[in-house]
This record gives sequence, C-alpha cells and structure tokens, in this order.
Amino acid sequence: MRNRAFPLIATIVVFIILYLIGFQRFPAFGTTRVIANFLTDKSFLGITAVGMTFVILAGGIDLSVGSVIAFTGIFCALAIGQLGIHPLVAFAIILVIGSTFGAGMGAIIHYLKIPPFIVTLAGMFLVRGGAFVLNQASVPIEHPFFEDISNLYYVFPDRGRLTFVAVVFVLVLLLGIVVAHYTRFGRNVYAIGGSDTAALLLGVPVGRTIIGVYMLSSFLATLAGIIYAIYTRSGYPRAAIGVELDAIAAVVVGGTLLTGGVGYVAGTFVGIMIQGVIQTYVNFDGTLNSWWTKIVIGLLLFLFIALQKFLTSYRGGFSLGGLRLRRPPSPEVKISG
Amino acid sequence: MPENKTHTEVNDVAPRFNLIQSLHRNRRLLFPVVALILILIGDRIIQPNFFNIRVVDGRLVGSLIDILNRGTPTVLLAVGMTLVIATKGIDLSVGAVIAICGAVAAVLISTTTLPPLIVILISIAAGMLCGLWNGILVAYMGIQPIVATLILMVIGRGIAQLITNGQIATFSNPTLEFVGKGVLLGFPFPIFLSLIVFGLVWLLVRRTAIGLLVESVGANDRASFFAGIDAARFKVFVYVISGVCAALAGLIVTADIKGADANNAGLWLELDAVLAVVIGGTALTGGRFFLGTSVIGAFIIQAIQTGIFVSGLPPTFNLIVQAVVILAILFLQSEELRRLFVRIFTSLRKPA
Repeated sequence: MRNRAFPLIATIVVFIILYLIGFQRFPAFGTTRVIANFLTDKSFLGITAVGMTFVILAGGIDLSVGSVIAFTGIFCALAIGQLGIHPLVAFAIILVIGSTFGAGMGAIIHYLKIPPFIVTLAGMFLVRGGAFVLNQASVPIEHPFFEDISNLYYVFPDRGRLTFVAVVFVLVLLLGIVVAHYTRFGRNVYAIGGSDTAALLLGVPVGRTIIGVYMLSSFLATLAGIIYAIYTRSGYPRAAIGVELDAIAAVVVGGTLLTGGVGYVAGTFVGIMIQGVIQTYVNFDGTLNSWWTKIVIGLLLFLFIALQKFLTSYRGGFSLGGLRLRRPPSPEVKISG
Repeated sequence: MPENKTHTEVNDVAPRFNLIQSLHRNRRLLFPVVALILILIGDRIIQPNFFNIRVVDGRLVGSLIDILNRGTPTVLLAVGMTLVIATKGIDLSVGAVIAICGAVAAVLISTTTLPPLIVILISIAAGMLCGLWNGILVAYMGIQPIVATLILMVIGRGIAQLITNGQIATFSNPTLEFVGKGVLLGFPFPIFLSLIVFGLVWLLVRRTAIGLLVESVGANDRASFFAGIDAARFKVFVYVISGVCAALAGLIVTADIKGADANNAGLWLELDAVLAVVIGGTALTGGRFFLGTSVIGAFIIQAIQTGIFVSGLPPTFNLIVQAVVILAILFLQSEELRRLFVRIFTSLRKPA
C-alpha cells in the first residue's frame, strides 16, 4: 500500500517545492487571490481531468474531451442567444447529449472491440466538426443568468475571490473521490483497469462499467464546457484544443498509471495545481515565454513516469540485457482506502 | 501488393497463384483498396472533372495529382508509424517532430551559410535524435509507448518555439524549397520522395529478416527475447525510422510554405497517421503489419479531404465527413460487428 501511495506523496512534495519556489520569488503566491485564481483558472481543466482519471483507471483513454468542451460552449451560446432558451434548460439538454455521446463511444469500444484510442479519436473529429458546423466564429453569451453566476463569489479577507466555477470544480473533485473509492462503480473501474478478464470472471459487469466510464467522462467534459462558457462568457468552436493532453498529463503527474487500475482522483487535483503553479510563475515572471509552461510540464511528466517505473520495477521484476522482464501483473482488485 | 503474402505462403515450396483463394485469405486487406476506390468514385460523382489531368507549364495538374502530392506527409508518417505499431507501440510525437525538424531547417538555412544539403541532413539527424529518445524511453526504460511519446508531443512544440524564437521562421532557398514545391518529370517532387522512402523501407523490412523480427517483437517481445532476438534494439530501430520519416515530412511541410510554423506545422498529423495505419489493417495490438495498405489508408484520408475541398462543401464539414467515413471503414473491418449481424440474421431465419 505504501508503495502505491508513494507517487501521490512525491507529487505533493513536488507541488510544495514548486509553490515555495514561486512564493520565495513572488510573495504574492501566498495570497488567497492567487490561490483562488488557481482554482478558477483550472476549473474546466480540473473537471475534465476528474473524468479522465476514471477512464484511465479503467485502462482506457478519452481524446474527445477538448472537442466536447468546444461543442458545449457553442451549443449553449446559440441555444441561449438565438433560440432564447433559458441557460438552465440549455445546460440540461447539452448534458444529456454529451452523456449519450459518451455512452455511444463506450458501447462501440466494448461491443465492437475497437481500441479506445481510435474510437475517441473519431469522436474528437466528429464533435469538433459538429462545433464548426454549428458556427465558425466566436459567439458571445449575453444573458442576465450569466451575470448572476459571474457575480456569485465569496470574498476572502485579502480580496481573493472564490468564484462559482471554482466551487463547482471542488464539488466535482470531492464527488469523484467518493465515487472512486467508496462505491461499487468505483471498485468495478479499478478491477477492470487491473485486469478486465479477471474482473469479468469475478462477476464485474464489464460492459456496463466501461460504458459508464466513458459516459461519465463525456458528462464531466460537457460540464467543463458549461463552466468554460460561464468563465469566458462565449462559445468558440476552436476552444479547448489540446485540453485532452493537459488532462492526461495532470492524471499521469498525479500518480495514476496509464495501464489502469492504480491511482487516485486526489492525485489528479495535485497534478492540476502543479500546472497552475507553473503557469502562474511563467505569467508573473513576464520575461519567460509561455511555451516554457509546456516544456516544464513535459519534463515533470517524464520525471514522474521515470519515478513510477523505478518504484514498480522492484515489484517482482528482473532485468535481463536491457529488456525488462516482469511477471504479468496480478489482478489486484483490492484498493487502498 | 507483395506484402499480401502470408507467412504460410512464404514457407510454401512452390506457391501456386490462386486468385479466389488469395482474395479470400487477404479479404482484410481488400477493404482499404475497395474503400479508396469507392471514395474516388464518390469524388467523381460530386465533381465530374475529378479525374481530369492537364499539363500546365510542364507539370501535371489535377485532383488526383493533388491527392498524391498533399498526401505525402501523411504517407511518410504512416510508413514509420506502421513499423512502430507493428512492435505494439505508437508514436504520438511525430507532429511535434515535424515542427522541430522544420524549425531546425528553416533557422539554419536563414541564419547560417551552411549548404542546403547539410541543413537537410542536420534536420534529418534531429528527427533521428527524437526517435532515439522515444525508442530509449520505450525499449530500455519500459515506459508505455503512448506515455513515452506523449512527453515529446507535449514538449516538442515548445522546443520548436525555442528554436524559432517564437516567430514563424521564413527563408528563401531554391534547394530547400525544391523538397516541397519542386517538379520532377512533371510530377511534384514530394511524390518521388515518399516513393523512395516507401521503397527503401519496404526493401529493408520485406527483403531482409527485419520485418519478420519486428512482427515477432510486436507479437510477443518476451518470447522473442528468449528466442535470441534483441527486442529492445528493434524497438529503438522502429522509433528512429519513424523519427526520420517525420523529419522528411517536416522538410516537405516547411519547404511548401517557405517557413517553419512551430505552432501549426504537422498539427494533428500524428492522428491522421495512426488512422491511416489502422484503416490499412494493421492492428494496434502489434504483430503483423501491412506497409502498402497503410499508404493506401493515408491516401484514403487525403482523398476524403480533397473530395470535400473540390465539392465546394464548406470546409466546416471536413472533420465530420472524415469522422463518419473513418467510423464506417472501422465498422466494416470489425469482426465483432459482422458476427453480430450474422447472429441477428440467423435468429431471424430460425423462428418456424
């Protein structure tokens, strides 16, 4: 157990070190304004990454989330602006559409045995194309409801703002942790990620769980799209390109193994916050170019994967002439509480 | 298509050609060819002069030539990607490698006095280096291919930005431009380049034992290792080949627009390349691979895009049509779907 939690602890340590480096250079890092801004800025990415964590825990991958965010934004903008639908109704409609889309991808993956990488890639093209067909330009959203939501925030003593979108992110995160570790669905996800054959033999409803996982991921991506629309007050078909990569990076840095079956939703949160710290540092510095964010995140990705390899290689493995040989992973269904 | 030969055929003492039998045995490989023909016919229906080829200023002009020419970057990537996927791997970094190699070539040619050929070689070497990095991560550190190449995919565009210093590095050099825009014997030069690369790789893997060994590594690397094959070295080898292919694609893309755009050069091309390989019938689970049909897969993707372009349909439909056609091809190839249909069919006939 201690071995499994170690990547998470390492992630937290790296976060603290990066945060202290930022704090030492820019004392403003200590204010709630910056900290609350992490949450607001990364809220849509964070919500997406929670869904991605479930998909990766189940041994899959979902490349379509960025497109789903863009589609949701443009759909809401048009439904509210041109059709005059109330935002809450529009949100409900798009959440149903998004979940159905995810369930469809899950069904194709499970029943037709086409690899998730390819299915969600086609899904990414389809949804991004759908967003372009709806509208090609950015559409602003003007509705009193959006004003109200934007004005919903809690002000800390030093004027930091805990916004509505940040609260939604934290709620999704807490729910994600509960679902992953304390429900049957969560246990089934871990079991399938460990070994789907063993899970099937143990009576885990593999098909239902796989469909559920992709449905959850698309549902959360749609929710992230709504949050993104509220945050930017517009819909744009080119929005959120590459968000799927950021989300996957956050999940991996957060200590979840891409082979599935091992990881924590809470780790993903730390992974997101690490990206937030790096981005804020690069922004504060001003002289650094913004692409340094990507390079540092990529290097961290490498460090964490190397660390995970180093840790897991001692679990009953041996190395022979360069080719690392490992025993087939035992189907470990038990998860740490 | 010589790679249609199955291994049993190779072992036959006197392989006799039997059309029906070989068609049946290779029916999986027929799908890409049939799909390409259907898409071309579809293009022809949409645009009556689609198959017309004219000669303008000593060069051939027409939609078919356009498909061959525009498809070359994807074809090159698909050739490298096929080998990588044959070893149960995947190379997500090729788009970023295109950006890096394009940036290297553009910056070197515009800021130094190095001869263009040396610049091209350095750019190819940069691609090899990227492939080597991926290969070492996958083969010697045992990192999952998706993750290992994801690292370079994330960092790569940043590196390209650093090389070009955030600007679109433009240049003007006839030799380098020839790689992307040159005309040879009436055909655009990139077509010859992709033909040469395909030919060389094909000879390398199908006229030596390398192809067979790559397939064996992809089917079971541990068993291959115990059979005396240096599996790790073969994995590094395929990633290096993929890096070189990406470098050449990067040179074509960069030379074509006379500039290196670190943000957009080769964007999403890695996805096109993976799709081309999968449409071509090579399974992502590794093992047997089909170089020729991967190239056809790349042309299928380009034929769809060119078809949409000439049809006058707004380019907004590009992605949707592409996604639908690709899903249709994948469904056609799916054994599970066919079995499902057979089950429904038999259960409909049974009730009596």
